[in-house]
Amino acid sequence: MLAQLGELKRLAVVPAYNEEASVGRVIDEIRAFDPGFDIVVVDDGSIDRTAGVAADRGAHVVRLPFNLGIGGAVQTGYRYAFEHGYDLAAQIDGDGQHDPGQLPKILAPLLAGTADLVVGSRFAEGGSAYRSSTTRRIGIKIFAGIVSAVVRQRVTDTTSGFRAVNRKGIALFAADYPHDYPEVEATVMSVKHKLRLQEVPVEMRERSGGRSSITALRSVYYMAKVLLAIFVGLFRRYAVPVEEEHR
Amino acid sequence: MTPWTVSISAAVASFILLLVVFELIRSRRLRERYALMWLLTGSVLLALSLWRGGLNTIAGWFGVTTYPPAILGAVGALFILVVLLHYSTVISRLSDQNTILAQRLALLEQQLREGASRP
Repeated sequence: MLAQLGELKRLAVVPAYNEEASVGRVIDEIRAFDPGFDIVVVDDGSIDRTAGVAADRGAHVVRLPFNLGIGGAVQTGYRYAFEHGYDLAAQIDGDGQHDPGQLPKILAPLLAGTADLVVGSRFAEGGSAYRSSTTRRIGIKIFAGIVSAVVRQRVTDTTSGFRAVNRKGIALFAADYPHDYPEVEATVMSVKHKLRLQEVPVEMRERSGGRSSITALRSVYYMAKVLLAIFVGLFRRYAVPVEEEHR
Repeated sequence: MTPWTVSISAAVASFILLLVVFELIRSRRLRERYALMWLLTGSVLLALSLWRGGLNTIAGWFGVTTYPPAILGAVGALFILVVLLHYSTVISRLSDQNTILAQRLALLEQQLREGASRP
């Protein structure tokens, strides 16, 4: 099943929390890549002009009444995609670290029908040399090892939020999405629900605005929470999502 | 030294706590975020009940010489205090958010009503 991008109803989900400096450029770049992409900016309780900037550029803006965290914000985007009948949804951070110019690589496996969830990886062969602290790199390696073992497939970048799903993935994420620090769990959960996962190498940029949501103090909680979630997840039963079930 | 019966009962009780918390997470009735403190509580209590020498030493630090298992109770109480304090912050945040939701809903309803009554 090889689909043309132009035939599909496609949505870019842009989670943004206090990203007034970068969200406008992200919207422009998505349009420059493909004007046929509808864009929904999920403003996760920002206290700056994020929503205003996005609305001025003509994006659909969903304003959350208070900060839900990245998991709740992203799921809002997938619910929007599900309820408006989109065939394809791409997740692109509002902070500018994901380059919409790389979307062809991420969308290719979905269009070819070989994957249901495609994740852009900074560490797969062909990706950019990514600079980060040693502790962060070790953490990333540990998660990559654990996740690869759990999903029985080589995964190199578990924390990447640059990803895209087809209708099946939209249905799953609209119904169920992890709460905080969701990327690792979302990846594992998708495979457990029998979605086909594929990683593609991408280059990411330095963040152009805002700050990373992960500080040194939170990383301990992050590790514990995600490891616990993966461990407990091993003992859950998973249903294959029904594509048209409305929730 | 701690009587064996006390050590064994305490270990069994902590283990049951860990099992219950695990099952609550698995069945999605408890979020990982709120489970971590309980798991830590259960693990520390389990470790202290099994590691009898350690419990004795720790009791010694606090000048408890007559009955070391008192430390088990104290540690348990301390953890419960921390969990409760954490819950107080969670409840405060929830009630703030609840206020915001009620206000938003009321404003939306008002907009809908006035929109509908217009010709």
